[in-house]
Amino acid sequence: MSDSLAFFLIQVLNGVQEGLLLFLVASGLTLIFGIMGVINLAHGSFYMLGAYLVYAFTRLTGDLWTAILVSVPLAIGLGVALEALLFRPLYRRDHLYQVLLTYGLILVLEEIRSLLFGDDVHGVAVPAFLDFSIPLKDALTYPAYRLFLSAFCLVIAGAMWWLIRYTRLGMAIRAGSTNREMVQSLGIDIAWVYRAVFALGLALAALAGMIAAPVASVFPGMGNDVLIVSFVVVVIGGIGSIKGAFFGSLLIGLADTFGQIYLPQLSGMTIYVLMAAVLLLRPAGLFGRAGAA
Amino acid sequence: MRAMRERAMLLAAFVLLALFPLLAGTFYLQLFAKIMIMAIFAMSLDLLVGYTGLVSFGHAAFFGIGAYALFLLSPQYAAASLYLSLPAASAASAVAAFVIGLLVLRTTGVSFIMVTLAFAQMLFYYVIGSKALGGSDGVYIYVKPSPALFGWTPVSLDRPASFYYLVLAALAASYLVLRFVTRSLFGHALLGIRSNESRMRALGFATYGYKLAAFVIAGAVAGLAGYLDAAQFGFVSPDLFGWRLSGEVLMMVILGGMGTLYGSVLGAFALVLLQDGLTDITRHWLLPLGLFIIVAVLLLPQGIGGLMRRTEKAHG
Amino acid sequence: MSNSTRKASRRRVLAGMAAAGAAAATGFVPTRFAIGQQAKIRLGLMLPYTGTYAALGKNIDDALRLAIHERGGKLGGRDIEYITLDDESDPAKGSDNANKLVARDKVDFMIGTVHSGVVMAMVKVARDSNTMLVIPNGGVGAATGALCAPNIFRTSFSNWQPAYAMGKVAADAGRKRAVVISWDYAAGKESTDAFTEAFTKSGGKTEKGLFLPFPGVEFQPLLTEIAALKPDVVYAFFAGGGAVKFVKDYAAAGLKTAIPLVGPGFLTDGTLEAQGEAAQGLETTLHYADDLKFAKDKAFRAAFKKATGRAADVYAVQGYDTGTLLISGLGAVKGDVKARDALVSAMEKTVFDSPRGRFTLSKAHNPVQDFYLRKVQGTENRYVRVAIKALADPATGCKMSA
Repeated sequence: MSDSLAFFLIQVLNGVQEGLLLFLVASGLTLIFGIMGVINLAHGSFYMLGAYLVYAFTRLTGDLWTAILVSVPLAIGLGVALEALLFRPLYRRDHLYQVLLTYGLILVLEEIRSLLFGDDVHGVAVPAFLDFSIPLKDALTYPAYRLFLSAFCLVIAGAMWWLIRYTRLGMAIRAGSTNREMVQSLGIDIAWVYRAVFALGLALAALAGMIAAPVASVFPGMGNDVLIVSFVVVVIGGIGSIKGAFFGSLLIGLADTFGQIYLPQLSGMTIYVLMAAVLLLRPAGLFGRAGAA
Repeated sequence: MRAMRERAMLLAAFVLLALFPLLAGTFYLQLFAKIMIMAIFAMSLDLLVGYTGLVSFGHAAFFGIGAYALFLLSPQYAAASLYLSLPAASAASAVAAFVIGLLVLRTTGVSFIMVTLAFAQMLFYYVIGSKALGGSDGVYIYVKPSPALFGWTPVSLDRPASFYYLVLAALAASYLVLRFVTRSLFGHALLGIRSNESRMRALGFATYGYKLAAFVIAGAVAGLAGYLDAAQFGFVSPDLFGWRLSGEVLMMVILGGMGTLYGSVLGAFALVLLQDGLTDITRHWLLPLGLFIIVAVLLLPQGIGGLMRRTEKAHG
Repeated sequence: MSNSTRKASRRRVLAGMAAAGAAAATGFVPTRFAIGQQAKIRLGLMLPYTGTYAALGKNIDDALRLAIHERGGKLGGRDIEYITLDDESDPAKGSDNANKLVARDKVDFMIGTVHSGVVMAMVKVARDSNTMLVIPNGGVGAATGALCAPNIFRTSFSNWQPAYAMGKVAADAGRKRAVVISWDYAAGKESTDAFTEAFTKSGGKTEKGLFLPFPGVEFQPLLTEIAALKPDVVYAFFAGGGAVKFVKDYAAAGLKTAIPLVGPGFLTDGTLEAQGEAAQGLETTLHYADDLKFAKDKAFRAAFKKATGRAADVYAVQGYDTGTLLISGLGAVKGDVKARDALVSAMEKTVFDSPRGRFTLSKAHNPVQDFYLRKVQGTENRYVRVAIKALADPATGCKMSA
């Protein structure tokens, strides 16, 4: 295999890995938008929450897996609590108040993080049995943990696909994304669906933060960039569409990776240019429903 | 009668602000000038949020453009002309608002909020990556713009009091312009769009055009505010495009009272004075602010405006 | 609008005006009264007391006070009032914060800071208000370059200096092709440009510059690109958490054994414990090392440890030397801060008997000092040799260095 082809493929691998991790966060966001009609600015903060939870527990238990096993139920529990306390009153409210409340939530979570963990940058150790590198080409090796990350995200993506197609919750989600009132009048407990969807969305974002921590570091404001890029994914993919979130994330991951190498002058802007292009051609997103807002 | 009382109050407030430099030292003159700049910015957003029902979470984009316009128009060690650079900065923001508006107004609701944020971020990254614009550390404007006319310089904007009056004049002018716009037929159409856009369309209004016009006007005024901000301390940085600034100004509009321009002014005063006062007490002042916002949204089913209406009924 | 809305609005307008009035009143109450020279000298320390650079800020502060304490705790015979302000390493707030010190707290000296972007804000305010400024860390070239001024001094380094020294070291070691990598901000560009300047002077060539937005730490695509380019040496400028991550990722990508990684001291200063195995053997250049043999260094490290319980580092040394500068200048004018010309002249002439070695200041008020090559061993940056003696920053654009 020629040198440049080999390195090209490795960069594709990098882009896909970035996209798959992004999918975890964006899918949660699009679900919450699409099913519940709630705009949640604090979604990035949930990502940060997951990372800090795992940082704290890894320090306690010394092991990433135990930390994740403990943190996921905590995150789900927090999701259920937040939904009941803060988000349920928002469903019928104007988007403006959702923006305001979730913005306030971002501030609160940031400051709590600052009070509990300080403002330093922290690292989380890669679990020992994954802490090796696979030789790829010449001197370049690929960290095994990153391959694991991609595989893990694919498994989650598969699980979500199964959930949406084959479970009752999935049916409710599919129905609820097109017609909320109809779902209610069919006797499905919409409140339970909402609670489940919100907890799922939050847990996905937090989980992404947890597994990404060893490669992404844990630092203040880490949720903000993720949030905005997730917005771009949702806009490109279409609100409420998991398929859209999946392909949108991969597209963004690849665009960002190759943008860094081949278009450094655009640095960081590539994904927004992409978004502008999609808006021009298909305002509802690639897989979105026209008129769904 | 009511109109007269309202006008009297506003006039009194204006006179007090005009007399302020007689009492205050440099630090407070600069602080109040900063507040008034944010007030102009907030009023421009009120036109979108309070009157047209467009929740833009990327309004900082136009603020930033106005600020960087001053940088681009200022020669490195000499002063730019106030009479040329100020309108140019506002115009630049207006043009940007037109282009961005064309795209973002194709969406509504949640999508609109997201894409306005995303466009502001795009500009943020553009500026960070641009060597000509100084990148992530920001860039300095070494000489303030000069109101020199044909060689005669009436005042130097380097004196805090002079700059303060410039900002006060800009605040009064923006207020009057926006007030005129909102009380015109155009303004009433905007209110109609806010309450029910499809009905307006059914009545034959080209709502897209109206929204775009409002977007452009709001952008122009925000550009004016950004220009003044850059002129005050001579420093511009990509943070001027940031979502935090967009969020802050949105808070000022909502907490101050949407749909009454002077409400945004009050919101600006309250928020900046609060920040200035609290940062000396605790670094974590955003925590009580965030909690307050959350509680306010939850407990006031009709929003802050509802609180006002209820207080009125009680004292009516 | 109804009559009652008017009442509510009026109440709010009144409240607003009352707040404004109160604020203004506090503004013009005199905060202190000075009886000629008996009043205390006000030192405004604007440093990162929280955040990523908190440890650095603390070390600078403590070492500064140690230096003054060692000489009797007074400057020019006058007592000192320390006013501290946390800059949070935020350039956007830099102007506001610096202005607070100058306009509200009316300090005699501004001292700060670590982050170059914030330093620029302080430089601007210092120039606009003609306040004395001493920079104990931030290496942005313009502070003693295009924006140099009689009232601005620096006791640390300029970003150009360690980078230039490393460029020479790399070229002397026979490397021909380099790749530079850093964050896309002023300090990063200054550093990589300086490396390239020295490297090309000795016949080398920088193949490519890789930059990512600050403070991103996703290096994977760029590391892949480095492997594809196969240079002889990689020069990296990162600090703090970014330095930790980069060095570790570089090793995890298998590049450490294949392509030598070099950088200025910040790549391995304060980060060795976190970097562990990945940093062993890395060579860097800086005006300080962890095991210098000077008597002054040994004494300083002991005193610092005794006073704070922490080990000294380059930031502490810079803080200490800032104290030395103030002592020298104010001592010469017997504490009369108003004798500006004499004060500046005395400060310029200061010969620093510093833990880093002896050094003086250039005409642009930046240290002219030796730069050492160091190598990482264990958790120390060990001295190897002097990379360049008495290296002066070119002070491009400074109107003072005639």
